[in-house]
Amino acid sequence: MSALPAVCLQAMLELRNITKRFGDVLANDQVNIVVQPGTIHAIVGENGAGKSTAMRIAYGFYKADSGELVVDNEVRNIATPHDAIALGIGMVHQHFMLVSTMTVAENIVLGAEPGSAVNLDLAEAASAIQKLSEEFKLAVNPNAVIEHLSVGQQQRVELLKALYRRAHLLILDEPTAVLTPQEVEEFFAILRRMREQGKTVIIITHKLSEVLAISDEVTVMRDGRVVGRLQTSETNAAQLANLMVGREVLLRVEKPEAHVGDTELTVKDLSVTSADGTKRVDGVSFSVRRGEILGIAGVEGNGQTELIEALAGLTPPSQLSGEVRLENRDITKADARARREFGIAHIPEDRHRRGLLLDFSLAENSILGVHDRKPIVSFAGVFLNDGAIRARAAKMIADFDVRPTDQDLPARALSGGNQQKLIIGREFDLQPKLLLVSQPTRGVDIGAIEFIHRKLVALRDAGCAVLLVSAELEEVTTLADRLLIFHQGRIVGDVDPKVATIEEIGLLMTRGH
Amino acid sequence: MKLLRELLFPTIAVIAAFLVGALLILAIGDSPVQAYKLLIGSALSWPDGIGYTLFYATPLIFTGLAVLVAFRCGLLNIGAEGQLYVAAFAAAWVGITFANRSAWILLPLCFLAPILAGGLWGAIPGVLKARFGSHEVINTIMLNFIAVALVSYFTQYHYRTPGDPIMETSEIGGGAHIARLGKFIPGMPERIPLNLAFILALVCCVLVYLFLWRTKWGYELRATGSNPSAAEYGGISIRKQIIVAMTISGALAGMVGINEVLGYRYRYYDGFSDNYGYTGIAVALLGRNHPVGVVLAALLFGVLQRGGIHVDGFSEHVTKDIVQVLQGIIILFVACEAFFRGSFGRFGLLRRSKV
Repeated sequence: MSALPAVCLQAMLELRNITKRFGDVLANDQVNIVVQPGTIHAIVGENGAGKSTAMRIAYGFYKADSGELVVDNEVRNIATPHDAIALGIGMVHQHFMLVSTMTVAENIVLGAEPGSAVNLDLAEAASAIQKLSEEFKLAVNPNAVIEHLSVGQQQRVELLKALYRRAHLLILDEPTAVLTPQEVEEFFAILRRMREQGKTVIIITHKLSEVLAISDEVTVMRDGRVVGRLQTSETNAAQLANLMVGREVLLRVEKPEAHVGDTELTVKDLSVTSADGTKRVDGVSFSVRRGEILGIAGVEGNGQTELIEALAGLTPPSQLSGEVRLENRDITKADARARREFGIAHIPEDRHRRGLLLDFSLAENSILGVHDRKPIVSFAGVFLNDGAIRARAAKMIADFDVRPTDQDLPARALSGGNQQKLIIGREFDLQPKLLLVSQPTRGVDIGAIEFIHRKLVALRDAGCAVLLVSAELEEVTTLADRLLIFHQGRIVGDVDPKVATIEEIGLLMTRGH
Repeated sequence: MKLLRELLFPTIAVIAAFLVGALLILAIGDSPVQAYKLLIGSALSWPDGIGYTLFYATPLIFTGLAVLVAFRCGLLNIGAEGQLYVAAFAAAWVGITFANRSAWILLPLCFLAPILAGGLWGAIPGVLKARFGSHEVINTIMLNFIAVALVSYFTQYHYRTPGDPIMETSEIGGGAHIARLGKFIPGMPERIPLNLAFILALVCCVLVYLFLWRTKWGYELRATGSNPSAAEYGGISIRKQIIVAMTISGALAGMVGINEVLGYRYRYYDGFSDNYGYTGIAVALLGRNHPVGVVLAALLFGVLQRGGIHVDGFSEHVTKDIVQVLQGIIILFVACEAFFRGSFGRFGLLRRSKV
């Protein structure tokens, strides 16, 4: 507990001793947050630290068990989002709440339609929206249809929605998670303009660079408690990370020079056509050598997912063309099981959809993919050997620091970071020749990110070829030894991550040249 | 503790159903205490009550297991009814066609025929789903109609004893008869149709358990049911699992034919199934899709079925339809489980373990 005095004469929003319990979990424990008017206030913390819970209470989504909310120096009862909107509080969620087939104007007036019950007066609304858009330089056309807009533009529609409802306090939940580096810059410019116009902004995030770039003040949360209130100008990334995690954190991995060996994976002119006939990967050729991490950067949805799925053997052969070789073996037509046997391990981007059997225990999850091999099967090659399974799970849980350690728990019960560690442990245990990794640290706490990065580098140093796809530019640039940039299913750049600047890579990602 | 938690909800559902049923009996003008006394008392009397209760439970154990296996693979097999009809007819057909062979040949053939026929009939919707993605619920329902019509046709026009007014085939060879349990249990007359198929049903429970939870095949099947995408990622062929699960499911349903044809009537009797296939869905649901649960649920439904007959005969207003009502209410309550877990989620045993 440092810096900032607890009592402020003027607070736009104040959470006083807010406590909220979900079952056994204390999500918010005597939380005090003070947000000054006309500032950008960052709330940071790891997943599950309680930052979203606190803000949802402020917006009337949840009701606090105890404590009070103060808006404009008056204690208020905010029971529903309606109450919050009436008090001038707006919230933009991580997942946009827009109807994709409707226009911008229709979306914005939704729930507060102008005109009478039988006569919707959109024209007036559209001009009001146009005016707002110009005032904050949002460049949104009120008559555009949502599904034709980019993610960044959709986010600005969400902002307009709040502004149209006369919000002067905006709560933004992880707003930059879906944006490219350029879009983040534009977005920050908008936030600054809003601040100049006297609006107050609360931004929930776990990206420290963004906190430092945009905010005036920071509240750090950990385990449901506020553990720090700081002026941004008086802090730095290391201090914030330590506060968030509660111990010293290395923000950058120690990465020795790569000892590159022979070529492990060769991809020649690979194309993937999705079931609807669109080309997702378009004639890609590259190779990965032993002992190196080849990074693939790109805005999400530019074919990286399809590339990894194709390499893992999860795409029907009818949708593929080109050639994939592992060492000297042509594996283009091999299925997922065969590829696993050849030594390909895969850490999928979506651990809930692909990586885990959520209702199965940790022990059962630890054998997915090796469930038909010795020593997991014994007697007649059919029966599962419970002892071997438990031993394997126990080793994995210990080596990869999975918590809680009870291997009979369903995978569903673990936090995202621990689920990810379990998957990584499982795939590393195969001692793969080639590792396909997609978004290894998505939704994972800072502490676990550091751990996962170190493990990836260690695997590389043991001679494994690693193909890494990540939407986190910082992640690919620090980990990769070589970096390919994907744009619309093609490779548009092959750069040395030690030399290339973020701006350069960002431009390639968004424009393709 | 875990077992207790699993048992608690079905138990509450059953008790609640009996309470609601009591209100209905009151409304009709009978005494619920009297009616339930008749129901339970007659179902558990020795030897007829217990004998018939177990006999009625036998097909339900088979169909409950059938639904369970498909369900664990993420499939809803509504087709146990059709599968068991085809299977029972196949058993009778083999028993009639090879009637003169020695028991050493006839019995194994008659034993395998219903299993194969049921498995094959179950495999059809499996293949259709795996190959074309057509939904197994629709296909199994359709196949039920086809199965019933098909075996009726063969019974009526090809295998009926000339002059027999009843829709049934002629008798199977004596070598294919399996023993009634009365032969081994002192005090139980052999006229009670409870037969070795009941023991087979219990053995199948153990086998299904071992298969699903102790073999790699069972692991693959359950993984597919739990999350097909993850199973695929783990190198498991989803298509193969769908076909395997539906085949095993059909084979289990087909074993009803062993109880019916080899152990009870010694012929195929058209329309013999008292909705065993559909009740099997309820049995699996109440039994929480676990073999032990299926046995318990099948026994309960056996009690209801047996007791219902006496309620019908010995009470003033209540008919055996009360059994249907009770079964219906039990299912309603079981289906409400998610709702109860939601609103009473905070209280003790009902809470799902979550860390």
